[in-house]
Amino acid sequence: MAVVTERLDGGNVHEALRKRPLNRWNEAVIKGLLTACAAVSLVTTFAIIFVLLEETVAFFREVSFSDFFLHTRWRPLAGNPSFGIWELVAGTMNVVIWSLVIALPIGLASAIYLSEYADRRTRNTLKPLLEALAGVPTVVYAYFALNFVTLDVLRPVLGNDVPIFNALAASTMLAVMILPTIASISEDAMSSVPRDLREAAYGLGATRLEVAVRVVLPAALSGVIASVLLAIARVVGETMIVAIAAGSTPNLTLWPLSTIQTMTGFMLQVGLGDAARGTVDYRSLFAVGAVLFAITLLFNIAATWFVGRFREEYV
Amino acid sequence: MTTAAPITLRARGRVAMRQAISRASRYLFLGASLVGVAVLLLLAYETISSGVSRLSWDFVTNYPSRFAERAGLRSSAIGSTWVLGLTVVMALPIAVGTAIWIEEFAPRNKLLTIVKLNLANLAGVPSIIYGVLGLAVFGRYFGLGPSIMTGALTLSLMIVPMTVIASQEAIRQVPPSIRDGALALGATQWQTVWYHVLPGALPGIMTGIILAVSRAVGETAALIMIGAFTFIAFDNTSPREDFTTVPIQIYNWTIRPQEAFRQNAAAAIIVLMVAVLSLNLLAAVIRERFRRS
Repeated sequence: MAVVTERLDGGNVHEALRKRPLNRWNEAVIKGLLTACAAVSLVTTFAIIFVLLEETVAFFREVSFSDFFLHTRWRPLAGNPSFGIWELVAGTMNVVIWSLVIALPIGLASAIYLSEYADRRTRNTLKPLLEALAGVPTVVYAYFALNFVTLDVLRPVLGNDVPIFNALAASTMLAVMILPTIASISEDAMSSVPRDLREAAYGLGATRLEVAVRVVLPAALSGVIASVLLAIARVVGETMIVAIAAGSTPNLTLWPLSTIQTMTGFMLQVGLGDAARGTVDYRSLFAVGAVLFAITLLFNIAATWFVGRFREEYV
Repeated sequence: MTTAAPITLRARGRVAMRQAISRASRYLFLGASLVGVAVLLLLAYETISSGVSRLSWDFVTNYPSRFAERAGLRSSAIGSTWVLGLTVVMALPIAVGTAIWIEEFAPRNKLLTIVKLNLANLAGVPSIIYGVLGLAVFGRYFGLGPSIMTGALTLSLMIVPMTVIASQEAIRQVPPSIRDGALALGATQWQTVWYHVLPGALPGIMTGIILAVSRAVGETAALIMIGAFTFIAFDNTSPREDFTTVPIQIYNWTIRPQEAFRQNAAAAIIVLMVAVLSLNLLAAVIRERFRRS
């Protein structure tokens, strides 16, 4: 006898119950309200895009595309202002690169340890502790980047000519911020690599290290890539750490010990200055915001794609 | 007749070396995973040793001041409480409503896919972009200015996506048999959701909203963007008033050069972290307490 196992959910239930006489009028009202709730998130997205585009279009009436995308100097407040976005993009790239240089090896090694070496009890203690780092407000990290990393670590180690605001201090705390993202998501990906692959490798005489690095890591690669892309999106969008510790001097450099300004750092500076509506600095806030939004969206979508690919392969 | 060489499992030569390297690698990887924990402990130690001397009842009840030793968290703590309270009141119904719609009512079609994808992307939008949105829409277009209401609306939009995702999880955890049973006995779809699905999902939803609030407590950039970086020396009594929050006060004290203000910042960080940790603890307690057996 055939057993009906098909599950009814969501709209299917609704469809199946359509002819039920008990369906009272208030059901329709409630369903309408719930749909309105769901519409809020769509409206939010449209509002973000609309707000950014509206002022960005106004911005480009005053500043030409070539000034924005081809010039390299960002001096919005100078007597003869110039709006070349590349100094701000370089500032953002600077902290992305150096925070990854710090966080990627540590994060991956943590993921390998948690997934391949640790017993269950160690893992259940270590993982929540690592994830606690993700819950620390970023203004707290910013405080440490300035007071602890620059004054107590970088200056004593590298000499007193390290500027008080520098990209490396910000990158260090950004690395701490993204460590749980990389470690946790990569660990999930490695843990879901099928046992058979590991056992086949052990059967061929591989050691634990070889299994971890040459079998599990490549097998979990799309998950690892997704974690890195998400981490990059978080660094690109993070504001307080870079605004406080990296400085507010736009600088076309990837050197970690220089004072820089990132896209978010500039946006916060405008926010603090309370620029009058309709001025070109107020509008430059939205132009930079649009670029920032586009970059983070791109990285988030790419990360989602890689996660989906990983799910397809193994789960 | 020759006797066989004694069989040993001990590897020699290259194999022995590979095994030794593998054994040593455990400590390398363990060391790496302890870095994060060590940083956490170091940060806790540094903050407490630098800020604990400033902690006192006066520090919590004094208004901000240009004299570090007289400055306190009164107005920023009241501002934070107002903003977060309103944020929860606005975000919770919208987030839970969205989650119920997605899980229980939405037709399984392209629109649903778009809504889900959109939520996932919104969860990744940087907070400063929400700040720009709040500044332009609530602050300027709606004319609410840098008020508590603007801050709460902005933070609500920010935490809705993560609360929806947590609530969806919680709703999915309710066994289908409960839903099917209710429907089979003649309950309408909403009666099923209200009397059977939601009570079962409530602990999960609570955990989700508390974790979202613990995020919002520390939010700084979005609120600075809407104009909350101000000097407030009165107690907020209405959502139309200007405000400031504890993380903004920390920012304010951090960027000052004087050592005394840094100590204030460290003391305020202790207060903020106690709030964040209590919220996380509360979420963990609720989750454990109501864990399905």
